[in-house]
Amino acid sequence: MAHLEDQRETIYKVDPAHPETEDLPILRTEELLLNMGPQHPATHGVLKVILDLEGERITKSTVVMGFLHRGVEKLAEHGTYHQFIPHTDRLDYVCAMYNNFAYCRAVEKLMNVTVPERAEYLRTIVAEIQRIIGHLFWLGTQALDIGAMTVFFYTFRDREILLDWFDELCGARLTTSWYRIGGVERDFTASLETKIRDFLAYFPPKIDEYVVFLEKNRIWLARTVGVAVISAEDALGYGLSGPTLRGSGVDYDLRKYESYGAYPKCEFSVPVGKNGDTYDRYWIRIEEMRESIKIVRQCMDQMPKEGPVMADVPSVTLPPKDRVFTNLESMIQQFKLFSQGFDAPPGEIYCGTEAHKGELGFYIVSTGGGNPYRLKIRSPSFIHMGAFDFMAKGYMIADAVTIFGSYDIVMGECDR
Amino acid sequence: MHPLAETIQARFSDGFLSAEEWRGDLAVTVKRDALHAICRFLKDDPSMACDYIVLVSSVDWPDEEERFEVVYEVYSIRHRHRIRVKTRVPEHDCFVDSLTDIWPGAEFMEREVFDMMGIRFNNHPDMRRILMPDDFPEGYPLRKDFPLQGKGWRDTFEFLNEGATP
Repeated sequence: MAHLEDQRETIYKVDPAHPETEDLPILRTEELLLNMGPQHPATHGVLKVILDLEGERITKSTVVMGFLHRGVEKLAEHGTYHQFIPHTDRLDYVCAMYNNFAYCRAVEKLMNVTVPERAEYLRTIVAEIQRIIGHLFWLGTQALDIGAMTVFFYTFRDREILLDWFDELCGARLTTSWYRIGGVERDFTASLETKIRDFLAYFPPKIDEYVVFLEKNRIWLARTVGVAVISAEDALGYGLSGPTLRGSGVDYDLRKYESYGAYPKCEFSVPVGKNGDTYDRYWIRIEEMRESIKIVRQCMDQMPKEGPVMADVPSVTLPPKDRVFTNLESMIQQFKLFSQGFDAPPGEIYCGTEAHKGELGFYIVSTGGGNPYRLKIRSPSFIHMGAFDFMAKGYMIADAVTIFGSYDIVMGECDR
Repeated sequence: MHPLAETIQARFSDGFLSAEEWRGDLAVTVKRDALHAICRFLKDDPSMACDYIVLVSSVDWPDEEERFEVVYEVYSIRHRHRIRVKTRVPEHDCFVDSLTDIWPGAEFMEREVFDMMGIRFNNHPDMRRILMPDDFPEGYPLRKDFPLQGKGWRDTFEFLNEGATP
């Protein structure tokens, strides 16, 4: 006890610049270390952050991750290219479709396969629907983390509609595996096209509905405007991408500048923020949902009514499913592709795709043969967490949740 | 050769080794000692202006003398070009200069390379494991001589006896 008394005496000295504080009671101050996570509901998975605090301000934060590490890159080296598609579902499990898309595009670049036109449109439509799902999920959970619970119920209501389509399309709501190398697994059902048309009319007023909850909500504004500001230069140096980078005013969208799928045939704009704060990132996501609706509408109008949904390159792409069980050659082709894989040319490629979180890239090194020699996943969540310490410095504890919420992290993708 | 590779070759004739273009990707292989200077040039020179770091990765080639390959991919927002810079490291001297002072985002990506492949980075502010546990005793999982099932670390875990009733 005695040494505690001594500490109390020595720790706090009167500041000579402020002599008026002399009469105040002597307070003890020291830096506090706070463990946040790994089981914190707002960390969107299992993430631990060790915060050094001065009062309620963060002076330093150390990110501890890897709780969800499953060694996906190692697994990829031991399977064929086709076998890896279901693993990509489990990266960002909120938006499996876009992961499938990014991976299939990378392999198509490696194998130099061109996708048929109808398949390109189908892929783009589903990818944009997936983007809307991702943004709805983000908006609901981010508002929930900050304290506005109502929006969550509205966004999840609309997200359910879209997930039911995925169920109809491929039999799964979240782990979809619908994309294939060279095309897609199956065409839309007839009822799905009408459902999408209905949704295009239904959804835009709903976006305004979410905005009503937040745009004039004083708490939402206080928690987002001017929080976690990052300049364009810093954001680029940290490798941020997607809405997090565009919020800082950098016009970088792979859909526009390294266009793929049916995006070059669609007209859409890329919303770019000004201040680089959490509010701008929120605004960009809202605007992107509106743009996604535009893209889906254009694709539905332009899409050829019929045509193959899988490229016809028998050495790489799978045969149509209905022929596998009736035709011997197709069955052999399917069996060989899944058990041995196709013979990839030696070489290396990087292919980045604009997922709703940011640039999801696959770097594949091939030395020939059916397995990738090395497969590296550039996951936006992991790279965004690299900027966390920089962005959290000087903000309050409560803002830590806002900051990694505004990256839209999903730990499955972060830890891989 | 690609004009960007030519510029690098003209500027760094000693450090430049080769350039390759395949499927539209430009990859430049440089000497390890020149990596930092070349990347500084890529970031600062107005004709390059590669201000955006895309990824840091590594490849293991166990049969070759310089076993490991470190791969940096950078992008220029202004000129909209991509360059992949690669360098080779031998196993007995597994060190590369860190690029954290050029692109701060390299910090986490280099830590991942260290964690997975065991390549160390000079002047790195925080050279610790990132995905695997800090006390992971088995080495570096993405090396080719690391078995898929691991090296038996899990066998040391103490599990509850399933047959016994609590």
